[in-house]
Amino acid sequence: MLIDVKMAWRNIWRNPRRTILTVLAIAFACVLLVFMLSFQFGSYDTMINASVKINTGHLQVQAEGYQSRKKMELVISDPRPVERMLDGIASVSAYTCRARGFALISTEKRSYGAMVVGVEPDREARVSTLKDIVQKGRYWNSPPTPEDLSGALVGRLLARNLGAEVGDEITILGQGRDGSVAATVLTVQGIYASGMDEFDRSAVHIPLATFQEVFFMDQAVHEVVVIADRLSSVPSIKATLQNQLARSAAPEKLTVLDWDELMPGLRQAIRMDLVSGSIFYMILIMVVAFSILNTFLMAILERTHEFGVMMAVGTQPGRLTRLVLTESAGMTLVGVMAGVTAGCLLTWYFQLHGIEISGSAELFKQYGIPPRLYPQLSLLSASIGPAVVFVITFLSALYPALKIRRLKPVEAMSH
Amino acid sequence: MDFQLAWRNIWRNPRRTAVILVAVVIGVWSMICIAALMRGIVGGMVKNNIDTLTGHIQIHQRQYPDDPVVDYRITDPLAIQSILKKELPEGSMWSTRVRVNAVASNARHSTGVSMIGIEPEREAHISFIGAAVTQGRYLDESDTSSIVIGKALAEEFETEIGKKIILMSRDAPGDISSRAYRIVGLFQAEMEATEKGYVFIPIHTAQKMLKMGTAVSEIAILLPDADLSETTTAHLKDKIRDGDLIVRSWQTILPLVTAVLKLYDTFVFIWFLVIFVAMGFGIVNTTLMSVFERMREFGLLKALGMRPGRIIRGILTESAAILLLGIIIGNILGLLTNWGLSFGGIDLSELAQGVEYAGMARIIYPIVLVKDILAANLVVLLLGLIVSLYPAVKAARFTPVEALTHV
Repeated sequence: MLIDVKMAWRNIWRNPRRTILTVLAIAFACVLLVFMLSFQFGSYDTMINASVKINTGHLQVQAEGYQSRKKMELVISDPRPVERMLDGIASVSAYTCRARGFALISTEKRSYGAMVVGVEPDREARVSTLKDIVQKGRYWNSPPTPEDLSGALVGRLLARNLGAEVGDEITILGQGRDGSVAATVLTVQGIYASGMDEFDRSAVHIPLATFQEVFFMDQAVHEVVVIADRLSSVPSIKATLQNQLARSAAPEKLTVLDWDELMPGLRQAIRMDLVSGSIFYMILIMVVAFSILNTFLMAILERTHEFGVMMAVGTQPGRLTRLVLTESAGMTLVGVMAGVTAGCLLTWYFQLHGIEISGSAELFKQYGIPPRLYPQLSLLSASIGPAVVFVITFLSALYPALKIRRLKPVEAMSH
Repeated sequence: MDFQLAWRNIWRNPRRTAVILVAVVIGVWSMICIAALMRGIVGGMVKNNIDTLTGHIQIHQRQYPDDPVVDYRITDPLAIQSILKKELPEGSMWSTRVRVNAVASNARHSTGVSMIGIEPEREAHISFIGAAVTQGRYLDESDTSSIVIGKALAEEFETEIGKKIILMSRDAPGDISSRAYRIVGLFQAEMEATEKGYVFIPIHTAQKMLKMGTAVSEIAILLPDADLSETTTAHLKDKIRDGDLIVRSWQTILPLVTAVLKLYDTFVFIWFLVIFVAMGFGIVNTTLMSVFERMREFGLLKALGMRPGRIIRGILTESAAILLLGIIIGNILGLLTNWGLSFGGIDLSELAQGVEYAGMARIIYPIVLVKDILAANLVVLLLGLIVSLYPAVKAARFTPVEALTHV
């Protein structure tokens, strides 16, 4: 066995130029795959985390049906039991309660329809980016002062549309939980800009206590928003919560939704990107496979005479096939290893420095993606592409190797 | 003569030629298909956006785009229209609209919408709404208090055709005015956001409700050819000498789509290069092999007095023959694939929400651009010949003695 490997290795380097070109082709494919996959995975994480941070959180507990119908009366009438459950789960890093209602927001000059979101100032700051994206005015104090309770944070575009500045009064006119008129006058205390036009155009944030009072909510909220310590602990938190909710005696039926269910578009967009990516990569690998198939083919065809001699002195055709396969596997392995190394180095460099795709910053902003993207090198992203390359090139080497079985020593030697 | 010689040479080893040919064919085929798909995705995006009330060119009061309210209106749309009649290319169409934000509500629900007053007849020619009503009917000229809303909005509001809906918005004098409308039709759109965000009423009703006389919010123009929009916009800017108005092409109105267009342009080009590099290694290796095999032959030819330049030319002709053959087959396969896909398109309805998130169309029809095909073919042919130079020069450098003694 060892002698076969040794022989294969020497055979590979009988034609160094050809071997190097073949190795380079394989390495090229591997570098590209390692880098691209790491880049894709990295940007998915960024996208998910950015979207999660701006609005939805990793998980939400809601009354059943609220997600699809967004009806004011579908509430969690008492969030405290849910909060106690969350306190007991170690991988939950933060949570907060929110309530929402649609209302007509008016200033002296203008009025627009928008979503009014009631948030808990302290906890919200740990769950979402709301506090950090306030650009004019200020976020609520901790603990909120009495005047904070009548202070609203307004999205940049909505504020512009309303013609409202910090310090201006806005009137909120909507429908309370019981169907009665909910109205109040608040002061614009801050204006925030998330970069996502849709978000900045459509919402007003006010303290939860104020919301509950104006919209006749009592203690009720619509969502308990949860942030996990990392993306991968979301499923286990979800399962634990579901279990405990099923056993709890809450007056209404509550469900747990993860980010995937809260933003189904994002997951599907990611899947779409992965699928189209895989198609690209398969085509690339096919082109590479056919590019190097000739090397394998020639390595055998030009040695017909040699193989004839070996067979004549008693080498089994099976052993020759094995030898040839070892040769091509060796060549592929060198290419794959070189490719993975170079690919990891390249990815690592960009992981430290980030990549800015010129001209797309404005585009990315709308999806909440920062302009600079960082590839994320992982065992999966570094191995999956090269593994596929290895398998495909090995398969393409099978065809010439199997030809050896049909050789007749005499004919081969006279070749 | 050269070509005939090359053609015969490449078929001296049919298997080898076939293998590298397959690599070239897959490469060219994928270049053409990927480019067409990319163009199709962006094309669908552009078409969607243009259909969804953008048109090719829009005219507004200068402040309206930043702050779409009733205060910023085109006070004399007739004057503009008479200019349009004179200056627009043959086959152009346009329509006027009142377009402001409003609150829509019924007994149980309320939400913010774009309230759009349209000229039913004209509007049908320039945007999606004319063909989008799937239940009930579209607006007609005699309607006064009819409204067409999206299917998704109707579901959210738990309402149906025949029921009433109230629109509330600020009118020109600055008061809140509201009015009840009866739903006569439901429309379906590519995006759920469109179905939820837009409601359509007759323009004169909107003008009356908002007390804006004959003024309108915007004029949307559809040209016979989207490519004319930039030049026509420049032309219109010249003709409409009203400093209070602003004329914009869709490229300016939709900066995001324009950004995606550019991004995809870059992407197509990078893809071409990547595929070529993968192919290039094979081309060099295969040509090298065939050169080394024929060392004796080249030595002999040289001994007989053949110039190195002629040898290089010969080998490049062989490469060119393989590349050309690969390009031709690749093009045929690529065009056939796209032709096949052009009937049903690629249906992504399964991933409707993802498609909407990315702002794409649900069904993608590949778009084959001559410039992409030319670029793909040129990249393969030119770069292919350049990398073949290496083996060709190698062959030309064999000295007769060294080559003839080579076994």
